[in-house]
Amino acid sequence: MATLNSNVPVGPLAQKWEKHKFSNKLINPANKRKYKIIVVGAGLAGSSAAASLAELGYEVHNFVFHDSPRRAHSVAAQGGINAAKNYQNDNDSVYRLFYDTIKGGDFRSREANVYRLAEVSANIIDQCVAQGVPFAREYGGLLDNRSFGGAQVSRTFYARGQTGQQLLLGAYSALCRNIANGGVKSYTHSEMLDLVVVDGHAKGIIVRNLQSGEISRHNADAVVLATGGYGNVFNLSTYARGSNATAIWRAYKRGACFGNPCYTQIHPTCIPVSGDYQSKLTLMSESLRNDGRIWVPKKKEDCRRNPAEIPEADRDYYLERLYGAFGNLAPRDIASRAAKTVCDEGRGVGETGLGVYLDFSDAIQRLGEGKIRERYGNLFAMYHEITNEDAYRTPMRIYPAVHYTMGGLWVDYNLMSNLPGLFVLGEANFSDHGANRLGASALMQGLADGYFVLPATISGYLATQKPDKRPGTDHDSFQQAEENVQGVTRRLLGNKGTRTPASFHKQLGKLLWEHCGMARNKAGLEKGIQLIGELRADYWKNVKVAGEAGEWNQSLELAGRVADFLELGELLCRDALHREESCGGHFREEYQYTKNDAEVQQGLVNPGDVKRRDDQFAYVAAWEYAGEGKPPVLNKEPLVYEEVKMSTRSYK
Amino acid sequence: MKVTLKVWRQKNRHTPGHFASYQTPQLNPNMSFLEMLDVVNEDLASRGEEPIAFDHDCREGICGTCSLVINGKPHGPHRGVATCQTYLRSFKDGDEIIVEPFRARAFPLVKDLVVDRQAFDRIQHAGGFITVRTGSPPDANAIPVPKESADLAMDAAQCIGCGACVAACKNASAMLFVAAKVSHLGLLPQGQPERYRRVQAMVKQMDAEGFGACTVTGSCEAVCPKEITLDFIARMNRDYGVALLRGAPKKIAGGGA
Repeated sequence: MATLNSNVPVGPLAQKWEKHKFSNKLINPANKRKYKIIVVGAGLAGSSAAASLAELGYEVHNFVFHDSPRRAHSVAAQGGINAAKNYQNDNDSVYRLFYDTIKGGDFRSREANVYRLAEVSANIIDQCVAQGVPFAREYGGLLDNRSFGGAQVSRTFYARGQTGQQLLLGAYSALCRNIANGGVKSYTHSEMLDLVVVDGHAKGIIVRNLQSGEISRHNADAVVLATGGYGNVFNLSTYARGSNATAIWRAYKRGACFGNPCYTQIHPTCIPVSGDYQSKLTLMSESLRNDGRIWVPKKKEDCRRNPAEIPEADRDYYLERLYGAFGNLAPRDIASRAAKTVCDEGRGVGETGLGVYLDFSDAIQRLGEGKIRERYGNLFAMYHEITNEDAYRTPMRIYPAVHYTMGGLWVDYNLMSNLPGLFVLGEANFSDHGANRLGASALMQGLADGYFVLPATISGYLATQKPDKRPGTDHDSFQQAEENVQGVTRRLLGNKGTRTPASFHKQLGKLLWEHCGMARNKAGLEKGIQLIGELRADYWKNVKVAGEAGEWNQSLELAGRVADFLELGELLCRDALHREESCGGHFREEYQYTKNDAEVQQGLVNPGDVKRRDDQFAYVAAWEYAGEGKPPVLNKEPLVYEEVKMSTRSYK
Repeated sequence: MKVTLKVWRQKNRHTPGHFASYQTPQLNPNMSFLEMLDVVNEDLASRGEEPIAFDHDCREGICGTCSLVINGKPHGPHRGVATCQTYLRSFKDGDEIIVEPFRARAFPLVKDLVVDRQAFDRIQHAGGFITVRTGSPPDANAIPVPKESADLAMDAAQCIGCGACVAACKNASAMLFVAAKVSHLGLLPQGQPERYRRVQAMVKQMDAEGFGACTVTGSCEAVCPKEITLDFIARMNRDYGVALLRGAPKKIAGGGA
C-alpha cells in the first residue's frame, strides 16, 4: 500500500498557505543552480512553472512533444479565467471563489488546496497583465469581466474567445525569456516515454525525439509533470488530437497513485457529432451561456420543425425551469445531464436527435447584433465553418462532449505525488476540482500551480536532497527504463497484425462513452471492464504499426498512446464501479434523488439530480499499480472539511 | 464524394521527394480536410503503405500546428481559416487537389507535409516578451489601458504562429509574424520600456534565420487564418526606424554594493 499524507498544514484555513510557505525549507541562491529540475509539458502549468523555477535560479529542462511550447492545448481554452478580484463590486471574495469551487466540485476536492487556489487567483491576473496579456477592457481602461457557470458573480477575465491562447502566450513569453538567458533548456518534439525512479525517488525521464526517433535519458533532482488530462481516452473529445496520458500513465506504472480517474467532465455546449469519420469535437465556450438561452421543443413532433416556427409557448427552457437561481449558468455537469435527459426523452433536435438549441435571438433583440458579434464573433464564425449555419439567424445546436478530467495523479498539498521528487501540476493532477470543475477554473489552476504554488513548495523536497548528487544516467534504473521503452517500441513495430492503432482508439472511445459516459451503472461498468480487457488483448494481437523507429513516425506515436489508453480506460471503469454514489460529473444511475427524498420535497434539488453518499465515499480514491495483469490497489485519502460543511448541492 | 489527391511525399530532408496520386475512398462533404487525410491514411495503412505525415493538433484553428498548401494556397481556399477548419464542402466531387508542405528555407522539411518552424521560436527568444518576474507585478488595474489600445493589441495577439504568411510570400518573409508579435507588446503600456530594443532584436533574429525581405505584396495578409493586417508591418517598420534613430541604449556601468 502506498502512504498517502496530504501534508495539509495545521491552523485556520485562511492562514495555512502563508504559514506553510514560511515553514517550508528554502534553498540558498548559490545552491539553487546546483539543482536540476525536469518539467514535462509547456501548457499553462508547464510553461509558468519552468519560467518561474528558472527565475529562482534552478537549472530547468523543459520537454514538449509539440514543435513549439506555444502549441500546448491550453491554447484552445476560449472563455476565460476566474479570479477573486471583486473588480465588479458584486460581493466577490477569496472565500466566495473558494466556496463556489468546493461546492461546484460537489464536495469532493481537498479543502485547503481549493482555498489556496482562490487565494492566489488574484495574483495571476496581475502577473498576466504585466506580461502583456490583452484582456478585454472597458472604455475607462480597466479590466472587464463576465459570468461563468456555477457562480452568481462576474469574476471571469477574458480575451475575446481565446483567453487560453493569450494566457499561454504570456507564459510562453516568460519561458522564452528564460530560454534566451539560459535558465531553461528547451527540448521540442520530445515525448516523455518513461519515468526513472531511483531508490523510490523520481530522478529522471526517458525521452523519444519525434523527428529522429532517438531515445535519450535525462536525469534530474526532481521531475515535474504538467502534461494535461486524459480525456482523449474517449477518442472523441474537445482535446487536441495529440493530447495523451502517456506521461502520467507511465508514472502511474512506476508507482505514482492515480486519483479519482472516474471524475471526467462532459461539457454541455459542444457542436454535435455529425458522422463516424469525425476526429474531434469542438467546444462552444460556456461564456455563450451568458447571453444564449438553452431550449428544446416541448413536443417531440416539433423536433424536426424549423426552430423559428416553434412558438414561445411550445419551447422548454429546461435549465431556467429546473434551476431557477442559476438558469442557463448552471454548472457543467448539471447542464450536460439535463441535455442528455431531454434528448433521451426524444426531444433532441438536429438530424441525430442528439442536440439542443442555444438561442441568441433574445440577446440580439436586447443588445443588438453588433454587441453579440463583439462578444462572441469568433465563436459564431467557428460554428459557421463547421456546420455551415448562421447562428445570428438560427439557434446553435449543441450537445455535451468530453472536455476535461478532474482526476489525475494524486498529489499532496505541495503538489508532490506519493513518489518523492515527482510533482504534478495542472490538469494532470487530481487536486482542486473535486468531481466537477467550474468553467474558467482550469486556466486559473494551471497558472496557480506553475507561477505560485510549485515555486514555493519544491524547495521543501529539494532541501532533503544533497546538491549535485543526483544519480547519473548510467544508473541501472535508467538502463532498465530505457530498455522498457525500446521494448514497447519493438513490440509495436514487430506486431504482424492487420488493424491500425486509430481503429482501436475509435473502438475504445465508443465503448467507454457507452459504458462509462454521462450515466453509469454497475452492470454497464462491469461489461465495460470486460470488453476493454478483450479489446486490449486484441490490440496486442492485431495492431499493425507502419514505418520505422528511427524516423518521424506518427503511427508509432499514436500506437504507444493508444496502448496506454487501453489500460487507463479500464482503471476509469474500475473507479466508477467502486464509487457507489453519484457526485459531480460521476453519475451512477443507482444513486439519484427521487420525489420521495426530503431534499426534493424541500425544493433543494430535482428528481434525477446526483446523490452523494458522504458517509461512505468522502475520500479520494488513489489507485496504485500492482503489476501487469493484477488488479490495482485502492488507497483512500479521507476528505477532511474543517471550514465548510458538506451539504446538498443546490442550484435551484 | 471522391477526390484525387496529389500529395508531396518525401522521406526526410536528405532524400528527394515526389508527388504521389491517391484516389480517396468515399467522403462526406461535412468532413474537415484533415479528417479526409485521416481517412486516406487509414486506407493506406490498411493496405500496408506508409501514411502521409502531416502536422495537426487542436483542430479548431488556434494551436497553429496544421499547415499545408492546398491548390497553391496556404491553409486552403478560404480567408480567415486554418487548414483544420477547411471542409470538403469547399471542393467538388471528382476534384484533383494538390497538397504541398509550407515551403521556405527557414522552415526545413521534416517529412512529407511536415516542416520545422522552430525559427519562429528563436525569434521569440530574441525579444518576444516583457521582462517581468513572477510575483513582482502591480495590481492589474493599476495601469489603465485604453480600450482602443487593448483591442488593437488583441488584433495582433491573435497570431497563431502557423507560418502561412511565410509560405505565401514569394520572398519567404516572416514580416507579418514578427510585426504581429512586436505590435502586440508595443501597443500596451507594459511593453513600452523594451519597445525599441525588442523590435531590433526580433528583426535581427528574423534576418539571421534566413527569412526574406518584405516587398509589401500582401499575400501574407490574404492567407493569414487570423486575418492579421499589413498595417502591423507598417507599425513595426516605424518602430524599427525610431529604434535606429534612437541608437543603442546607453550602457550603465558599475552596479554592485
